[in-house]
Amino acid sequence: MDATLSRTTGPVRKKNKLHAKEFLLWAFLVSVFMIFAGLTSAVIVRRADGNWLEYVLPSAFWWSTAFVLLSSISLQWSLVQARRDELGKLKLGLVLTLFLGLLFLFSQWVAFQQMVSVGLYLVGNPSTSFLYVITGLHGLHMLSAVVVLFVIFAQVFQYKVHSKNMLSIRLGTLYWHFLGVLWIYLYVFFQLIF
Amino acid sequence: MSHSNPSASTAHGHDHGHDHGHHKETFLTKYIFSQDHKMIGKQYLLTGMFMAVVAALLSLLFRLQLGWPEDTFPWLESILGDWAKGGRLDPSFYLALVTMHGTIMVFFVLTAGLSGTFSNLLIPLQIGARDMASPFLNMLSYWIFFLSTVIMLLSLFIESGPAAAGWTIYPPLSALPQAMPGSGLGMTLWLISMTLFIASSLMAALNYITTILNLRTPGMTMTRMPLTVWSFFTTAILGVLSFPVLLSAAVLLIFDRSFGTSFYLSEIFIAGETLNRTGGSPILFQHLFWFLGHPEVYIVLMPALGITSEVIATNARKPIFGYRAMVGSLLGISFLSFIVWGHHMFVTGMNPFLGNVFMILTLVIAVPSAVKTFNYLATLWKGNIRFTPGMLFAIGLVSLFISGGLTGIYLGNAALDINLHDTYFVVAHFHLVMGSASLFGMLAGVYHWYPRMFGRMMNEKLGYLHFWLTFAAVYMVFFPMHFMGIDGVPRRYYNFTGFEYMAEWMDLNRFISISAILGSAAQLIFIWNFFSSMRMGKKAPMNPWNSNTLEWTAPVEHLHGNWPGEIPHVHRWPYDYSRPGASEDFIPQTVKDDDLPEELRKPSVQPVPHHAEKEAVPTETLLFSRLLQALGFRKA
Ligand code: HEM
Ligand SMILES: [Cu+2]
Repeated sequence: MDATLSRTTGPVRKKNKLHAKEFLLWAFLVSVFMIFAGLTSAVIVRRADGNWLEYVLPSAFWWSTAFVLLSSISLQWSLVQARRDELGKLKLGLVLTLFLGLLFLFSQWVAFQQMVSVGLYLVGNPSTSFLYVITGLHGLHMLSAVVVLFVIFAQVFQYKVHSKNMLSIRLGTLYWHFLGVLWIYLYVFFQLIF
Repeated sequence: MSHSNPSASTAHGHDHGHDHGHHKETFLTKYIFSQDHKMIGKQYLLTGMFMAVVAALLSLLFRLQLGWPEDTFPWLESILGDWAKGGRLDPSFYLALVTMHGTIMVFFVLTAGLSGTFSNLLIPLQIGARDMASPFLNMLSYWIFFLSTVIMLLSLFIESGPAAAGWTIYPPLSALPQAMPGSGLGMTLWLISMTLFIASSLMAALNYITTILNLRTPGMTMTRMPLTVWSFFTTAILGVLSFPVLLSAAVLLIFDRSFGTSFYLSEIFIAGETLNRTGGSPILFQHLFWFLGHPEVYIVLMPALGITSEVIATNARKPIFGYRAMVGSLLGISFLSFIVWGHHMFVTGMNPFLGNVFMILTLVIAVPSAVKTFNYLATLWKGNIRFTPGMLFAIGLVSLFISGGLTGIYLGNAALDINLHDTYFVVAHFHLVMGSASLFGMLAGVYHWYPRMFGRMMNEKLGYLHFWLTFAAVYMVFFPMHFMGIDGVPRRYYNFTGFEYMAEWMDLNRFISISAILGSAAQLIFIWNFFSSMRMGKKAPMNPWNSNTLEWTAPVEHLHGNWPGEIPHVHRWPYDYSRPGASEDFIPQTVKDDDLPEELRKPSVQPVPHHAEKEAVPTETLLFSRLLQALGFRKA
């Protein structure tokens, strides 16, 4: 671009098309991602020091992965229904998604139980502590997403979610997909590290 | 929000443009739970100033100890009780004082107080927005910050004393509640307070970024933004990327403290028993901490640099030299600041190869820093300088940035750092380049934008007095510390009387303490000036400094929405000062080209000597090619 053009009257550059709140959410997601980037790099740094217990990941994590994927699909489907003003299907999709989300949290709990049953506790070798803390933090975020989705679900009954008013469900879906992708990242990461 | 679509900014403008006046506000919504960015900025400023006074008082207490280690001060016991038995500071309380001083100054004064004040005040006003993208989130961020302030202050009043592991809270002092008195409840409160602080900073930063990217008025392209806004922007980006990592570090620390994990703790023997902790690494904490910590020092500095750019250009009546280089160096500093954290850890036994990598990256960061310095100097050069108090503080920042930045280059050498690490040399380095420079930036901002905030001028004479005393004091306090550091005097020691080789520094320490007391006393002048001018200051005109930026086009009266009518549109960059041929020495950003005489409609470029290239070349390019010629890289 001409170096000097921008200093006087000139064409206004095309503006960002994102809704401000949507942008805000994206930036928030970046910061959430940084929490997990920090923690997973900590795992790498710590592992390089040696004295690192290796173990097999609890099988329930497979279920978690399946639930999280299915829930993303059902939520995406709900989004499409909202855009078509198919409120009945929208409610169905949201219920399904909420249910899958709760199943995800439940499978995480089961995974913790599996760990405990083979003697891998929170307190012990850092490799187990890391697993609990990182998945636990992710689980807390997931819990918050379930709450958010529940609020959206309630809004549907007040006719606040429809093709002309997509913002809340769009943002909720974005957050949900993000946490799903984050889970896949964490799961692959753990597979590689443990 | 796009401006071509009528929803957000114009709708927003509509709301506020018309309903102020018959919109009743209570005391509570106007001054306390205000969602108006100008009021929130003032709230940050007042809280920051209050915290600065607290942190300064804490530092005077430990300077008393360092200056007069053999003497007793019975009056200390009457205020501090057991922490100063017999009139002498308790050694662990000394460490608590240092810790709280550092924490409060770095986070509460120079992060929230500086960036919170000026980002809030200036971002919407300078980009021509009615308010922040989310005024509610903005208010929430202030009140969470306020809560964290209260908790941090509360920790000063508990029996076991506040946290004492240093502002960097390295484990094991921070991880084992039984390690020292401050490691118990004091440390817990520190962690709670800082967690809230991080949440508040993140909310604020997300809001700043969104506002800057989405709510600029028509014509305000990114490259027409004042450098202040650019600096708040890069600062917010650093915050969003680095504070979460501090949160991760804190989460692991909390687990170590409260749930018995061993992230940071390895085999430890304390009070006659071996702890049941294995396999942790305290170095891990340092990595996580400094991944935030180094960006944090630039989070502190960059807003001050942005303010300085603006104040210097306005008062030198010259376009800022090398606008694009200034933006580029902010971006460069931001990027590099994420990959140099290892320079705080040269002596942790890091692989020497890794040390070299960090060393080179660290030295590279001196380049954008130097670019900024040269551009400030070039802006000043042959300027028609008005020495207002704000301008003096801005020039003071440049001086401090140079003298403190140079020592960074010494510290950045891994080999030299073996000697210098954890000595007073480091203390001197960061107090000049971060502490004092940023404080000067903040003061420059307060003097410069006071009329914008309160509609009155501060007293100039008191401003000058304040500047010269402060300027002298910071050099008298921090400059001698270099010599102590080179001699190997370690930081964070309670006293030096037990070491033969340090005896010779006794007098100097006393000199430093006296200077610190005088320098702090000089701040009373400022505080008096600040508060008395609110009532007694000269009434300020709308644009007292003949400045180009948009904030001076809005009336000072408390008015939610900033401009009574339409929001101003922008037609030029903010640095059209002293354009030859113009009737006045400034052309505000709102002036259209059509309203100017013919010869001024060209892009603002300085006159080009006839032997240079035919087409207009921006001065910075020209000077750069001159430099290349001078160095023999290019034929004249
Ligand atoms: C010219 C570029 C700079 C270089 C090369 C540099 C280098 C360094 C190095 C190597 C250290 C570690 C010394 C040690 O602990 O042994 C250090 C410490 C520090 N620097 Fe810089 N620095 C530079 C600029 C800055 C700036 C601009 C700031 C802040 C605005 C800053 C703030 C600090 C702080 C706060 C510490 C000490 C932290 C602590 O240990 O408590 N530095 N610097
Ligand atoms: Cu650093």
